[in-house]
Amino acid sequence: MAEVTGTGRVKRGMAEMLKGGVIMDVVNAEQAKIAEDAGAVAVMALERVPADIRAQGGVARMSDPDMIQKIQAAVSIPVMAKARIGHFVEARVLESLGVDYIDESEVLTPADYENHIDKFDFTVPFVCGATNLGEALRRINEGAAMIRSKGEAGTGDVSNAMQHMRKIGGEIRRLSSLREDELYVAAKELQAPYDLVKEVAQTGKLPVVLFTAGGIATPADAALMMSMGADGVFIGSGIFKSGNPAQRAAACVKATTFWDDPKVIADASRGLGEAMVGINVADLPAPHRLAERGW
Amino acid sequence: MKVGVLALQGDVREHISSLIACGVDAVPVRRESEIQSIDALVIPGGESTTIAQLSEVFGIYDLLRERIASGTPVYGSCAGMILLAAEILDAKVGQKSFGGLDISVRRNAFGRQVDSFESDIEFADGSQELIRAVFIRAPWVEKVGNEVQVLASINSHPVAVRSHTALATSFHPELTGDHRIHRYFIEHVARPALEKVK
Repeated sequence: MAEVTGTGRVKRGMAEMLKGGVIMDVVNAEQAKIAEDAGAVAVMALERVPADIRAQGGVARMSDPDMIQKIQAAVSIPVMAKARIGHFVEARVLESLGVDYIDESEVLTPADYENHIDKFDFTVPFVCGATNLGEALRRINEGAAMIRSKGEAGTGDVSNAMQHMRKIGGEIRRLSSLREDELYVAAKELQAPYDLVKEVAQTGKLPVVLFTAGGIATPADAALMMSMGADGVFIGSGIFKSGNPAQRAAACVKATTFWDDPKVIADASRGLGEAMVGINVADLPAPHRLAERGW
Repeated sequence: MKVGVLALQGDVREHISSLIACGVDAVPVRRESEIQSIDALVIPGGESTTIAQLSEVFGIYDLLRERIASGTPVYGSCAGMILLAAEILDAKVGQKSFGGLDISVRRNAFGRQVDSFESDIEFADGSQELIRAVFIRAPWVEKVGNEVQVLASINSHPVAVRSHTALATSFHPELTGDHRIHRYFIEHVARPALEKVK
């Protein structure tokens, strides 16, 4: 009875278990408890939420191992953490800490502007961001076991997440409508491996779980993303940059489960206090747009 | 037979596919009326704390508990096993279960995600063939009551157990495309239990 760890099925399967759930950014054990109590399926441990990274500037890196371990000790749900794009040593450190998922994230400052991490080389699974189908398939080809649409993190503006979900969904639908002999050119155009392109064309979906992220700040935002076909949502700054984090967190969890029931979303949206202030993505100068990192 | 898959969170779709492959009518259930209309219930893999909490928030916790207690056939995988346990070890403070199986279950007993694994194991359904079992941050059973039968173990920790009306596995048969466990639930747990009621 050989027990095999780190298989594709175990890595992708972990993401399947998160479906229909909300993964919340937290910066300390106290916030992690609030997230767990609100019904989060996992927490993302990081030093600064994207809104603060944006406000404070500078190089954003992997979090302090001490902080990650305090969060691991505080909650029983899975704990994820972010590594810089291409920073495989940060990823090794996170793996050694026993984090349950690594987000190779454009929210941190990239360590490599050409290559991403070879994620097959790890036992811990990875989630990566994507703005379109080609990018998603390139990440899966490198071993990502879960994809999230990028959106524009730290803005509270859901428009980019919407755009990325429409783009990924639209490109999948287009592939499904092609003749088999047209898939070679489609793979070339998507800059993605032919085998993955063919798989998506046949199944009509990504081969891994697709979450959405970036700019989600309200229960209705979360429900909007679910109705666009997301398997679940990441909420970063939206919760702990709002007036009443515990209540907003629970409300977003409810709206994610009952995304197709406007009455539940209405109830969940009542009396939540102030949402995060937010920035319109259109007002952000191009060098400050995080979604454009990654290739 | 109409089987409901509790659809608050988790890998609902995979269980529905496996059940349909076994020839039963399978539907996602979240609301009171939906739960009342089913003959048998499946609790999927997912996050046990989230599923328990959502069942309370949406007012179906008591109904689920009552239906399971009154003998509605039920199968739970991973988080589902935790939610069927009479006692949860390493639980979140105040974490509730629906009960239904006289077992003590330890959450994340096999470790964190880096320890998640797959393995070929024996399953006591009369077949000699091994079954591919996928364990993801999986629980194991530490104590079983008199009425509970152990169907599979790893290193002497029970990972599949049953009573007259309930089945639970630490692993995820819904992820492998092998429908043997679901068929076992339908043919050897649910059908006999439902026929007895008739």
